[in-house]
Amino acid sequence: MSILVSPNTKFITQGITGRAGLFHSQQCRAYAAECQPGKDVLVGGVTPGKGGTEVDGFPVFNTVREAVEATGANTSMVFVPPPFCADAIIEAIDAGLELVVAITEGVPVLDMVRVKQYLKGKPTRLIGPNCPGVITPGVAKIGIMPGYIHKPGTVGLISKSGTLTYEAAWQLGNVGLGQSTAVGIGGDPVIGTTFIELLDMFEKDPGTEAILLIGEIGGNAEIQAAEHIKKHITKPVAAFIAGKTAPPGKRMGHAGAIISGGSGTAAEKVAALEAAGVVVAESPADMGAAVQRAIEKGR
Amino acid sequence: MKIHEYQAKELFRAFGVPVPRGIVVRTPDEAAAAFNELGTPVAVVKSQIHAGGRGKGRFKEYPDQPGVVLVRSAEEAKENAARMLGSTLVTKQTGEEGKQVNVLFVEQGLDIAKELYLGIVVDREAGLPVVIASSEGGMEIEEVAAEHPEKIHNEHFIPCEGLSEAQAVKIAEAVGVSGAAIESAKTFFPKLCEFFVKNDCSMAEINPLVVTGDGQLLALDAKVTFDDNALFRHKEFLELRDLSEEEPTEVRAQEAGLSYVKLDGNIGCLVNGAGLAMSTMDLIKLHGGEPANFLDVGGGANVEQVTEAFRIILADPNVKAVLVNIFGGIMKCDTIVTALLEAYDKVGFHVPLVVRLEGTNVELARKMLADSGRDIIAASDLTDAAKKVVATLSA
Repeated sequence: MSILVSPNTKFITQGITGRAGLFHSQQCRAYAAECQPGKDVLVGGVTPGKGGTEVDGFPVFNTVREAVEATGANTSMVFVPPPFCADAIIEAIDAGLELVVAITEGVPVLDMVRVKQYLKGKPTRLIGPNCPGVITPGVAKIGIMPGYIHKPGTVGLISKSGTLTYEAAWQLGNVGLGQSTAVGIGGDPVIGTTFIELLDMFEKDPGTEAILLIGEIGGNAEIQAAEHIKKHITKPVAAFIAGKTAPPGKRMGHAGAIISGGSGTAAEKVAALEAAGVVVAESPADMGAAVQRAIEKGR
Repeated sequence: MKIHEYQAKELFRAFGVPVPRGIVVRTPDEAAAAFNELGTPVAVVKSQIHAGGRGKGRFKEYPDQPGVVLVRSAEEAKENAARMLGSTLVTKQTGEEGKQVNVLFVEQGLDIAKELYLGIVVDREAGLPVVIASSEGGMEIEEVAAEHPEKIHNEHFIPCEGLSEAQAVKIAEAVGVSGAAIESAKTFFPKLCEFFVKNDCSMAEINPLVVTGDGQLLALDAKVTFDDNALFRHKEFLELRDLSEEEPTEVRAQEAGLSYVKLDGNIGCLVNGAGLAMSTMDLIKLHGGEPANFLDVGGGANVEQVTEAFRIILADPNVKAVLVNIFGGIMKCDTIVTALLEAYDKVGFHVPLVVRLEGTNVELARKMLADSGRDIIAASDLTDAAKKVVATLSA
């Protein structure tokens, strides 16, 4: 079992004719072909003005709606450049897709505010932007993560960061733990789905036995997650927070990773998570072991 | 992107957000002339640097000279300007090294009845911009939030709808604005919200926002930060950027497509991915070292970028050792080693280099490193890497 991505997932790539869009579409297709031989999981793509053409065997459509009608896709992966990304996401919402995974980095914050307003009351679930995507190991990946480092298993992984997620998946693999699903939620200030909603999904997922949450400085999503874990999550939870040494007032790569006005520090997040009974890894080298300890400890 | 107070006020004025009259000056004589031109009995001479806390700040060269000063004559304006221009202002936000003042803003004196705080930011959790208002003008909002949270009023608004008149009145009443000033607030607050949205601000702060004796609201200070991700649709703002306010190496890194932040330690680090880069700094600290920088080389990690990254790291004279931490996923470890070795030779390393690689084709990559004949210390895992790089400092 898993969340978000399952054997029913059938997806398209918005921005499939761009360099990154095509490269990662090929990688996603190859991964799905290994996991679900003979089944088409990535069924095409969208680039306005290039409808009716084909790129490396992928049919290209002008609009998401056309792509959905022709292929029966229920999910989209978005590689559209920042100036047009919000409109691309809105187009996917309008086409009634269940899941939209936005990989694009550099979307203006107020564009995401508009998208969040638009999402209200709609059935679409948005992950990202500025994220590595979602993978259900052994089933399919929608994103830019290297597939083979994610082993199938029972740990639900939620992270704000890309390579740190790979690091965590690698460490989990080394201690014999795989993931039910790994979700990169993105490092921007305003994102489609945050920790709490995913904690609830993993809590309900029978295939998930423990959860690893990877956060960083900036905002207070981790603190809200800690409060939520305390009240509503019964499965073991481990965590790691990046940026203990980050100076205040400086953006650390991610648009959202900034300590402003003395709040959003790693220390306050670690304290909140520990108070909620979460096993927090002190070192980034210790994430896999922290999950093991959380499982032994239980909740 | 941050801009100066005088630039923000020019934008405010053009947009219809009321500000006091003021004149930008760059010499003591211009300061005297500005005083005469303003024609008010008093004027305020304000240092223009990006850091806050200027009023309480003092100059290194003139320990009694405040960064913002009230003057009563043209002569006084000139004397103060002479001390301030070219001198180094140290405030709570500049750090000990302070910041050189090159521009002053001379502003008319006002009959102030009340000082308020007003700020707009995007509330991440609500996914909406929020107006933060307080009756405690002039105080840092973080202090008010910690000590008197009841004195802060938050009002969210939907960007495409703007702030309504009713909301403006609600904010005004919450911070104790009354009488004629309510009318002024009905236009001031919505206008500032419109400014925030139209210009893709990530922050617009007025501290203090003053109510004059005749019930007018005026932005006595102005701090505006633009969303870097939205600058593509506001190219005119790029002219407002003051490179002297930024760390030169950070500007250079930006030009090379690298994300770099200079820190005070002596272990340089080069990492792919922001989260892993922050974690690598934490790891160095955990093992007794001090990171010299944050550097995210991005997902690609090609020869040009790695070379420029090494050059930027090594340009910092504090750097006594360098740690490279790369998780090769889609980008294979052997490809990264090829880039690393080429960059290593181009740059001419003079400090120890520890390399930790993990991911695709890592065995091949480690062998390439070992056989390279260069003086590179290979690490087997994260902890080993941190220990080894810290150990080079005591060796």
